[in-house]
Amino acid sequence: MSIDLLKDRGTPLDQQRFTWKELVQAPYSKLDDDSFTRQRVILMNGIESDQLRFSHACSRMNRPLQVELARLRRAEQHQMTMVNWLNPADQTPLETTIGYEQIAIELTAAVALKEPDPYLAQVYRLGLLEDFDHMYRYSALMDRVEGKDPNNLLQSYTDILPGRPTPLHQRHPDDDIRAHYDRNTAELRTKLHAYTLVASEFQTHDYYMNVGPLYPDPVGRQLYAEIASVEEQHVTQYECIIDAGESWLEKLLLMQATEVYNYYSCVQSESNARIKAIWERFLDYELGHVRYVADMFERYERRDAAEVLNAKIPEPIDFVPHREFVRDVLRKEQNLTAVGEQFIDRAAEPADSASNLYRAQLNSEGTAADRVSAGYVWAPGSELSKRAPHTDPELTPHVHA
Amino acid sequence: MSTHADLGMNRTGVATSPRLTAEMIEGQKEFTPDLLGDERKIAASRSSSTREWTEPLGSVPPPPTLKGMVKSGLTALKGESPTLLIDKLGARLAFERTGVRLYEAMLAKLDAKGSFAGGPTRADIEGIVRDEYNHFQMLQEALEHLGADPTVMTPSADIEATITAGALAVMVEPRTDLAQCLESALTAELIDNDCWESIALLAKQAGQNDMAARFERALAQEQAHLLNVRRWIRVSQGLEEA
Repeated sequence: MSIDLLKDRGTPLDQQRFTWKELVQAPYSKLDDDSFTRQRVILMNGIESDQLRFSHACSRMNRPLQVELARLRRAEQHQMTMVNWLNPADQTPLETTIGYEQIAIELTAAVALKEPDPYLAQVYRLGLLEDFDHMYRYSALMDRVEGKDPNNLLQSYTDILPGRPTPLHQRHPDDDIRAHYDRNTAELRTKLHAYTLVASEFQTHDYYMNVGPLYPDPVGRQLYAEIASVEEQHVTQYECIIDAGESWLEKLLLMQATEVYNYYSCVQSESNARIKAIWERFLDYELGHVRYVADMFERYERRDAAEVLNAKIPEPIDFVPHREFVRDVLRKEQNLTAVGEQFIDRAAEPADSASNLYRAQLNSEGTAADRVSAGYVWAPGSELSKRAPHTDPELTPHVHA
Repeated sequence: MSTHADLGMNRTGVATSPRLTAEMIEGQKEFTPDLLGDERKIAASRSSSTREWTEPLGSVPPPPTLKGMVKSGLTALKGESPTLLIDKLGARLAFERTGVRLYEAMLAKLDAKGSFAGGPTRADIEGIVRDEYNHFQMLQEALEHLGADPTVMTPSADIEATITAGALAVMVEPRTDLAQCLESALTAELIDNDCWESIALLAKQAGQNDMAARFERALAQEQAHLLNVRRWIRVSQGLEEA
């Protein structure tokens, strides 16, 4: 299946209709569906969410666009609802969190591998090792507080290993700023990668900010706070790589293309037939949105949408495990950090650098990331399955006197 | 330590704000419900979704290897359904594993706030942690013996985790006291006692008599936990001598 972003017209916006019953349908199975189904649901919710966020900001700044944006947003709102409500109620916020980190790892790895700009690929690899470490810390939390095996969610696709330690992710805000692609010369796929990652990380941040306070254990509450702060940094770094010189409507057009790209990728790989039908339907809806926004773009900016959507849709995102790639990056780049827009080895970072001073203060009373995972080694069935053998083979009862 | 809540400024009841409450009720005279009916509409909607959402929470997977299954005797299991036994053993395993963490959290509570006269000692709770761990390990061995994968989250394990999530939440919450945590432990132990009894019977029904005997010994330990927890709660409420 090949997609032409401007010629395939999809479903016109005025024909995109829903009922509440459609929006709230049976969720996927936490136990039986492939973990990549959960990951795709989490990702597409994030992609839709960023669309709403951006459209509202655009609306606040552009009175003439408000009516057309409101119409478009209504469809996006309901698409996001149908997607997010596919998450099942027997999946706890922490279990869903494991899904968020898994898609963060596999998506970022997939994008880093396909990104033609070496600087941007490096940006993605920096974030990758941090999300990889978050997986390890959250896994330790689940195992050690709840006695659950995080691999029930991961299905052995993704490693549970320490990455770049979370306390080191905390950087001075100035060191989260990155150089950006040039809107005039960057390839379309570079732009779609950036828009995908910023949407995904923004949703992750918002999710942690919402569910963090729901967690009853104090170490878990603090861990969510620490990792949410890193996700906020990730949003900063990823939004910086997008050329701020793009106009509002140029960005909106690219975001619609990003949605097409992501739904297209989901259609290619989905194993749950019922959910695949949703991806196919929404791929058509998003093609309709590209057409709708292309018309706006051409009308308001008097430019050809083909100037922006100037290439074929890229090869789909590979929703597959990237174990070897991630380990390779871990071996080579664990000690990498950022100073301003540049990447350096941590050993070369001055002791009194802005980020070192920032970390020293913020982490000065200890971190939950350290506390939750000291000595943690995941084992199939949880770390408890590897504890010393029991010493009470007779299992004789002892009633308290 | 105190075993009961103190007098304070709880604002949740209407007696705290009688005037405001009266205003709320007064407003109902002017603004009546927009629709006739009652909560049966929710029940009807629930029934409708229950009929339409035909996919279950999940399933019990086949044994990892046919060889393992034949060797260990899953094929030779008697009774209604081998998957029922596997599902329930998986649930017990997950519950006992969480039980280790549940009582570890109680230890932290006890270390921070101390016990009360006639309440549990650290050694008492450590004993329960040890029992839960031993039961978890025994269930791992039992599932392996049947050729099943002990790392699976079975549907019953998922359901029990959902049921008891609140018990764990009370235990790890920094603001709860030991008496409140004992009530959380009571919920867990009540479920656990009944479920151990069931798996002992299911194992026997499946012709796994050695396994059933071990489960009965574990049940005896769980019964002891339940008796202890109940007694500590009664003592904390002044209903029994310390």
